[in-house]
Amino acid sequence: MKILVTVKRVTDPDVKVKVKSDGTGVVTDGIDYKVNPFDEIAVEEALRIKEKAGGEVVVASIGPAEATKEIRSALAMGAERGILVTTDQPLDPGVVARVLAKLVEEEKPDLILMGKQAVDGDNNQTGQMLAELLGVGQACFASKVELADDGGKATVTREVDGGFDVVEVDLPAVITADLRLNEPRYASLPGIMKAKKKPIKEVTLDSLGVDTNRKVVWHTFSEPPVRQAGIMVPDVPTLVAKLRDEAKVI
Amino acid sequence: MGNALIIAEYKDGKLKKGSRAAFAFAREYTQKNGGAFHVLVIGHNVTDVAEQCRRFGAEKVWQADAEGLGPYLAESWAQVVAQVAGDSQAELVGATATALAKDLLPRVAAKLDAGMASDIMGIDDNGYFLRPVWAGNAVVAAEITSPVKVVTVRGTEFEPAPEGEPGGELAPVTVNVDLGALKKRFVRFEEVKSERPELTEAAIIISGGRGTKGEEGFKLVEQLADLLGAAVGATRAAVDAGWVPNDLQVGQTGKVVAPDLYVAVGISGAIQHLAGMKGSKTIVAINKDEEAPIFSVADYGLVADLFKAVPEMVEEIKKAKA
Ligand SMILES: Cc1cc2nc3c(=O)[nH]c(=O)nc-3n(C[C@H](O)[C@H](O)[C@H](O)COP(=O)(O)OP(=O)(O)OC[C@H]3O[C@@H](n4cnc5c(N)ncnc54)[C@H](O)[C@@H]3O)c2cc1C
Ligand SMILES: Nc1ncnc2c1ncn2[C@@H]1O[C@H](COP(=O)(O)O)[C@@H](O)[C@H]1O
Repeated sequence: MKILVTVKRVTDPDVKVKVKSDGTGVVTDGIDYKVNPFDEIAVEEALRIKEKAGGEVVVASIGPAEATKEIRSALAMGAERGILVTTDQPLDPGVVARVLAKLVEEEKPDLILMGKQAVDGDNNQTGQMLAELLGVGQACFASKVELADDGGKATVTREVDGGFDVVEVDLPAVITADLRLNEPRYASLPGIMKAKKKPIKEVTLDSLGVDTNRKVVWHTFSEPPVRQAGIMVPDVPTLVAKLRDEAKVI
Repeated sequence: MGNALIIAEYKDGKLKKGSRAAFAFAREYTQKNGGAFHVLVIGHNVTDVAEQCRRFGAEKVWQADAEGLGPYLAESWAQVVAQVAGDSQAELVGATATALAKDLLPRVAAKLDAGMASDIMGIDDNGYFLRPVWAGNAVVAAEITSPVKVVTVRGTEFEPAPEGEPGGELAPVTVNVDLGALKKRFVRFEEVKSERPELTEAAIIISGGRGTKGEEGFKLVEQLADLLGAAVGATRAAVDAGWVPNDLQVGQTGKVVAPDLYVAVGISGAIQHLAGMKGSKTIVAINKDEEAPIFSVADYGLVADLFKAVPEMVEEIKKAKA
């Protein structure tokens, strides 16, 4: 089983970003970059499948040259090799999906595992778009993935409103990981050492021959509405009185 | 000038209230940009739902009714949406940002070769879509440059379209989808039943976090919720621990809510959680750690042990109600 997993380099998810004063973006100075947390979950799932069924896990990322670091951390977890499509231009999910479709055409994986959402742009679009471009089935927001023994299909439990949706999808397919699919492992020290020698193929975005025109262009950034400072109350009776008489919500 | 096509969602034969946010957005959009507001209902035996959709000012309600469209599958529904987007001359295709819409609409966008903006909060003077990014810590004005534009609409940002007399034309769709060729099959839906109001529709939400320390402790949260007829919410930590069902998670990657009253019990206030609730009208935080970031968004903060404070609150409210 050959699995392609996508890994996006994102700003540290636990840092509260600020909008630049001129509104051209968010301040990223001094912020660490990490693997998008959902993609870590996707990598973990790919590794577990490989460990059971055998095969290869290939990690792909599209972004600046620095994203080799994020690919290396997936290699340190246990993936075999990486592909980095380098570009410094801004992307949208459509461009990313087209690039990934091209990589799929070249690599012919049996399964594509992605995160459900990148925590910088919060789009939650790329996996679904890729599935459509490839003409394959999608199983998004997965909390459980079971592969048939013959490797021909997967049964996936999806987290949806009001419960769980269980679907059966023919492979190759695109599966996007939700938070509770698994708990990603930490890379071991030997894993980190080995990852240094694992191959990462770098290609430039322009060399792929895909349409790199964005259909979504980001303009001005602004601060979200700020909340008025609140008050501390000393005890429960005061709180209940405030809620009743001042806020009039109970 | 194109039209705006909104996909309606329903459950047990009833139009979901949440869909009315997208209806409201589409009405606003067509008033500004011209064109007409259309609704699309997809499924099997959905005449009733289509009828209900006629009460919100749509010029046309398209009904794609076929046995194979019964259980939702992105693969079949996306084909129908793309087909009707053409038939209805839509320049905007949208829905309220539910789990279904988030799954479906990017696939539709790819099919229509359209750009998509997720979770929009409104439109600015340039016609750009305003949407939250980085867990809601910034808002970006996103321009969609393709002729057809696809959006999901943040439910909390639009007053639900008001219900009126039925109007508009009902238009049956001849479904040209080869359902046999789909590469995915629906197996089953495992419903998590609850007597409480839905998170995205409740006026009051009581949410619990890791501070409740377990299913037992979380019951205090539920007790307070039931006393107030409120919905129950939770942090990822409480959901991951298995104390409450997954779809109660409030946050960046869970539900976005904006009730009149949001009470955060034993919740630290991580940015991913704040992203889902800081639009609430009144926020109360109960936490034993006075440094907890949740207090920075709270209108009323109480530094206390929740195991004492919540039962006391239940008693106080009972007294106040008596
Ligand atoms: C990719 C990603 C997505 C995420 N998405 C979400 C999301 O959508 N929603 C979400 O909520 N989280 C999300 N998270 C998780 C988030 O980062 C936090 O870990 C989580 O919100 C913390 O939950 P908590 O506040 O319940 O727990 P903690 O942070 O552990 O806080 C518990 C709080 O309870 C207080 N407490 C303890 N005992 C008591 C007591 N007896 N009385 C009163 N107070 C007490 C403590 O002081 C503490 O402040 C996400 C994380 C990642 C990486
Ligand atoms: N630049 C990128 N490089 C690699 N993977 C990406 C990139 N952008 C998006 N993805 C993948 O697509 C998923 C969904 O991203 P998004 O649609 O942007 O929220 C992410 O979790 C990644 O797995």
